[in-house]
Amino acid sequence: MIKAILIFNNHGKPRLSKFYEHYNEDTEQQIIRETFHLVSKRDENVCNFLEGGLLIGGLDYKLIYRHYATLYFVFCVDSSESELGILDLIQVFVETLDKCFENVCELDLIFHVDKVHHILAEMVMGGMVLETNMNEIITQVDAQNKMEKSEAGIAGAPARAVSAVKNMNLPEMPKNINIGDISIK
Amino acid sequence: MALKIVKGSIDRMFDKNLQDLVRGIRNHKEDEAKYISTCIDEIKQELKQDNIAVKANAVCKLTYLQMLGYDVSWAAFNIVEVMSSSKFTYKRIGYLAASQCFHESTDVIMLTTNQIRKDLSSPNQYDTGVALTGLSCFVTPDLARDLANDIMTLMSHTKPYIRKKAVLIMYKVFLKYPESLRPAFPRLKEKLEDPDPGVQSAAVNVICELARRNPKNYLSLAPLFFKLMTSSTNNWVLIKIIKLFGALTPLEPRLGKKLIEPLTNLIHSTSAMSLLYECVNTVIAVLISLSSGMPNHSASIQLCVQKLRILIEDSDQNLKYLGLLAMSKILKTHPKSVQSHKDLILQCLDDKDESIRLRALDLLYGMVSKKNLMEIVKKLMLHVDKAEGTTYRDELLTKIIDICSQSNYQYITNFEWYISILVELTRLEGTRHGHLIASQMLDVAIRVKAIRAFAVAQMATLLDNAHLLTGNTQRNGICEVLYAAAWICGEFSEHLENPMQTLEAMLRPKVATLPGHIQAVYVQNAAKLFATVLKGEEGNTDGTAAQEASQLMIDRLPLFVQSANLEVQERASCILQLVKYIQKLQQKDVEVAEEVDALFAGELNPVAPKAQKKVPVPEGLDLDAWINEPPSESESEDEQPKAIFAKEEPKHSRPRHTEVDEKELARRREARKQEQANNPFYIKASPSSQKVYQEAPGVEHIPVVQIDLNVPLKVPGLPMSDQYVKMEEERRQKERAEKKKKEKKKRKEKRSGRGKKHDSAPESEEDITPAHMVDIVTEEMPENALPSDDDERDPTDPHKALDIDLDRPLADSEKLPVRSHRAAEAQKSPTDGETENATLQEPKKKNSKEKREKKRDKERDRKKSKEEKKKKKHKHEDKEEDLLGGQADEPVLQSEETSQVAEPPTSSSTTAEEAATVAAAAPEPSVTAPDSEPDEPKDTEMEETKSSKHKKKKQKKEKEEKEKKKKKKHHHHHHHSDGAGEESVQNGTVEEEEPLPPMSNYCLLAENSYIKMMMEDAEEVYDIQGNLQDGSQVVVSVIFENKCSSFLKSMEFNVLDSLNSKLQRPEGSGPHDGLVVPFQLPPGVSNEARFVFTVQSIVMPQKLKGTLTFIVKNEDDSTHEKLDFKLHFTCTSYLITTPCYSDAFAKLLESGDLKSSSLRLEGVNMPFHHLLARICFHHHFSVVERIDSCASMYSRSIQGHHVCLLVKTSAQTVSIDAKCDEPTLLGNVLDEIKQTFSQC
Repeated sequence: MIKAILIFNNHGKPRLSKFYEHYNEDTEQQIIRETFHLVSKRDENVCNFLEGGLLIGGLDYKLIYRHYATLYFVFCVDSSESELGILDLIQVFVETLDKCFENVCELDLIFHVDKVHHILAEMVMGGMVLETNMNEIITQVDAQNKMEKSEAGIAGAPARAVSAVKNMNLPEMPKNINIGDISIK
Repeated sequence: MALKIVKGSIDRMFDKNLQDLVRGIRNHKEDEAKYISTCIDEIKQELKQDNIAVKANAVCKLTYLQMLGYDVSWAAFNIVEVMSSSKFTYKRIGYLAASQCFHESTDVIMLTTNQIRKDLSSPNQYDTGVALTGLSCFVTPDLARDLANDIMTLMSHTKPYIRKKAVLIMYKVFLKYPESLRPAFPRLKEKLEDPDPGVQSAAVNVICELARRNPKNYLSLAPLFFKLMTSSTNNWVLIKIIKLFGALTPLEPRLGKKLIEPLTNLIHSTSAMSLLYECVNTVIAVLISLSSGMPNHSASIQLCVQKLRILIEDSDQNLKYLGLLAMSKILKTHPKSVQSHKDLILQCLDDKDESIRLRALDLLYGMVSKKNLMEIVKKLMLHVDKAEGTTYRDELLTKIIDICSQSNYQYITNFEWYISILVELTRLEGTRHGHLIASQMLDVAIRVKAIRAFAVAQMATLLDNAHLLTGNTQRNGICEVLYAAAWICGEFSEHLENPMQTLEAMLRPKVATLPGHIQAVYVQNAAKLFATVLKGEEGNTDGTAAQEASQLMIDRLPLFVQSANLEVQERASCILQLVKYIQKLQQKDVEVAEEVDALFAGELNPVAPKAQKKVPVPEGLDLDAWINEPPSESESEDEQPKAIFAKEEPKHSRPRHTEVDEKELARRREARKQEQANNPFYIKASPSSQKVYQEAPGVEHIPVVQIDLNVPLKVPGLPMSDQYVKMEEERRQKERAEKKKKEKKKRKEKRSGRGKKHDSAPESEEDITPAHMVDIVTEEMPENALPSDDDERDPTDPHKALDIDLDRPLADSEKLPVRSHRAAEAQKSPTDGETENATLQEPKKKNSKEKREKKRDKERDRKKSKEEKKKKKHKHEDKEEDLLGGQADEPVLQSEETSQVAEPPTSSSTTAEEAATVAAAAPEPSVTAPDSEPDEPKDTEMEETKSSKHKKKKQKKEKEEKEKKKKKKHHHHHHHSDGAGEESVQNGTVEEEEPLPPMSNYCLLAENSYIKMMMEDAEEVYDIQGNLQDGSQVVVSVIFENKCSSFLKSMEFNVLDSLNSKLQRPEGSGPHDGLVVPFQLPPGVSNEARFVFTVQSIVMPQKLKGTLTFIVKNEDDSTHEKLDFKLHFTCTSYLITTPCYSDAFAKLLESGDLKSSSLRLEGVNMPFHHLLARICFHHHFSVVERIDSCASMYSRSIQGHHVCLLVKTSAQTVSIDAKCDEPTLLGNVLDEIKQTFSQC
């Protein structure tokens, strides 16, 4: 079983946290911090396994992580998971993200954490590995995105247009224009 | 309306979306908290809007904030709203938010049951997928119970995407609702051979998780897994299976023998390291399980060790790590094979990677022998010196102590060496483990009698040099060692060469800077030393030495009398007075030594760690009973110190223990004084607290390491009695002699300058004799110690509940809670409903009842008698099923469907009967048949005779029959229900109709040999955005399951519209056109379709007649079939679970717009909360408030009628007072509630 999946950057800022067991928000943050401390002080070229986060799990649990550029991907798993298997899974996860976001970088994760969650949901469900085949994962993710787009339809068009404008790196949207008044009554 | 939508979406454009929020947070780095709090305010506003898109956006942002650590549980209800949106986009947002922040104590979860069920049965696979994913994160026992059956149905869904998710989530369901395991297991097992690799992998995954916790229940699956292992090429699946075998093999050595060969082949053939590693691991497990019996597997061990060596030597640190990990497993049973790689492991100690060093340390633990212990420890000591981080150094320290003390100091041949190692470890600065060293010193000194003299000498030196240790007392844990040193010197002071000097060392003013608990030990042991000094001087006529000692005590003790620490103070003042008295006696030349010595007479023996627990409780003594009623107030005061106490107490550190005791004592005293003033009962109530404390002063807390009682230290070559005879002097002489002999050859530790020696490496373990005569005093146990001390499994372990025998045939009482009460009701046809009901629920009891029924039937008519025969047959089938219960080749549905399979015959027989009585002329279903009575197509009736003949044949030759049937028209065909291949079904009709009770429960409508139709649900689509006036929609989900071996296609669903309710048809189609069911059904497959109805008035229940037509396609021919059914919409189905706050509820009641009505139910003997749960569940109410046996409940209809209930219960009577703005609706709802309870 996977107990938690965490992604944070080199400074310990969480980019995604998925706990398959309930903790309250404070404990979650503490776990993220603790994990970050454990993981971040390790050199490159050391093994990717860590025992004993005290907060999460216990003796039976391991932290298995990978470090990509600015991000750490950390899986907390128990002994029923194969260590090397989980390492592969992280790789699959990252490659999938790369395909879905086209050259994924930290910013993608920052702004689209919901999408990352949706992708993850196709790989791991309730702490158990659901799918390891990248093509299958991408097929399902794409199909769902397509549905989302078709639902947005015409009603979604203005919102999309606006968000496109927002996403242009204009200094700051002129928010004071009162569009509300000119709307058709 | 359209304008509204447009306007809504334009407004919405300028709400912040998730990206804006993230961007905003990044732009407000300096005042992030403030910015977020304004965002949360905005979100709160957005959540108040009616527009679901706005809400979804808000919830999406909340999910992000939750990740940043903000509590968003206040929005739980809004999350539920978003979850129930009909749009996938929003639904997904809602479920994501729920999966991130819902948990078992989230109360709105109970509102989601119906929503989730609806989504699970959605025609859109992604709705279902999203619901399953979400549910996997927040499933509660209630949800698990209510949804288990729905999920189980999904396990046979046509889409592998749904199947794999459904299979996986079953594990969570099992954990929360263990009763579901047995009914679901056969289907789960079937999924192991699913054609889709993803589903297969999911099933393997679930079974592995289950088997890991309770392996013995899954041994019977071993052959199946074995097959999978040899056939599968999916490494993920292989890894899981191989891991599973690792868990199974200790239980069944024969399995292990079979495994060795294929595993060895895999090891040789695979290129995947992960697989190779797991194979090696499992081979190791096999070898461990075989180790007792079969020595022939040395080749396998060699193979494993070789492979592991390759891993360890690999440059990939991960492989190195895993290699060491696996190596440590081999070590347990085959230490010799590992020990030959000692070089490699010691080399790993130098690795730059801490994880690897720690793993290597672990291995060392198992690799030591008498021969190499000293060598290894020496190496470790070098590492201790080199180690940079204190963490790793502390780890080394504990490891050294672990290694040396393991198995009752089994490998230590020379305790002098060990003591000097311990002393050396005290030189470590800043270690946290002072108490660990201290407890080792105490333990060794107490338990190894022969070493006491040496230990005392060492400790005396330590005390003398205490200033070296106490340099920086504050952050230095090492001064704990002084506690041990002082105690050892005091307790065994007879071994001291110069007690006077030590006494002086212990009374230095600097001691007063030590922690209180250590000072206390100093003071107490100074007294012991004092007694020894007196005793030593007894013979001397001179007496000056003794008087000097007294004077020293009198001079120095006042310092401690002034101590702020109560314990120190108390002991010091007692002893000071005592010494003063002694001094007086001394001056009168009275011999006091003996009496003073008597103060400390008697030997303290170690006590076994479990000794206290094992004292048998005398008969008639109830330890839990109060002696006096407890004083109410004192409780809370005592509690706090206890909590602190528990937190502070480290495992081995008795010293701390004492310290806290002191604190506690102080507190208690104070508390007691206050209590005494106020509460005359206080003293009586807790008389023991102080006394107990006094009886156990720190000195007597003798630390005892946990030692296995049954393994006393074996000292080869030395009979136990010898050790007792040895006198200290002899030992010293012997030591000296040995030293001289061996000094040059084997001097190990130069720094200590003391007797560190080791034995000249003997040839074999057995030859090694200890350098010293040692004895380990076994620990004392109370008389009559209770023998059993098995560690019981943690009772809170959720897996304990899953320890279920899966091979036992499934009893019907175990079937999952199907939404069956409607179906059961359906059975209650006027004639033989009762009997059939019984048939459904307890097939075993059927015999007698059916006989009765037979008789009844005979009296009726010919046709019926034929049907009886069918029933007989049916009976047989049931029996068969029971016998076949747990067999592996049984098809999936076995468990849950036992009952369902049993059902169709009976219901069809009723149908036939009805058809006969009501007359074929009346094509419409008879009114007498309540809700779910299946209407039999006329065809059936006509074919009846034929089919019953067929049935007779079937009894004899079922299989032949099948084929015959195929040739014949399918009307007659009795499809062997796919549930159990043996089953023959009597009715020729292809379909059974389902009355569709619009209850929230699944309702098994009926089932026949060709098709099983279940009405899954009837729900209201209540568009949150939509207007109530727009009219209301009811969605009915129907599951069609093909039960025959033919292909069913071109299904068309049609309903005769009434004025009030209409089936929604696609635009352009006429009012009488049927709806095409959007799928075909291959044999054994089920799928679900949803139909939308518009309803005008909802105050009355409705019935709609309908027909399902379809084509049954065989290889050679195909036929048209049709099935009539009746849909039943209850008033309940128009209600929506809506939460209501109690103040709003009160206002509503006060408003006076509501008409009231009431209902009494007699003889309801279920717990009140069950009753409420039932009303909530079946009738879509929510509890507003509950006080004892009285609760107010609320619900709202899709057209906005408020329905309020006040439910009271006393004895077995339940009275329900209800109010609603629509009296007709209310009346009907109450009737339905009544009906619900009349069924249970």
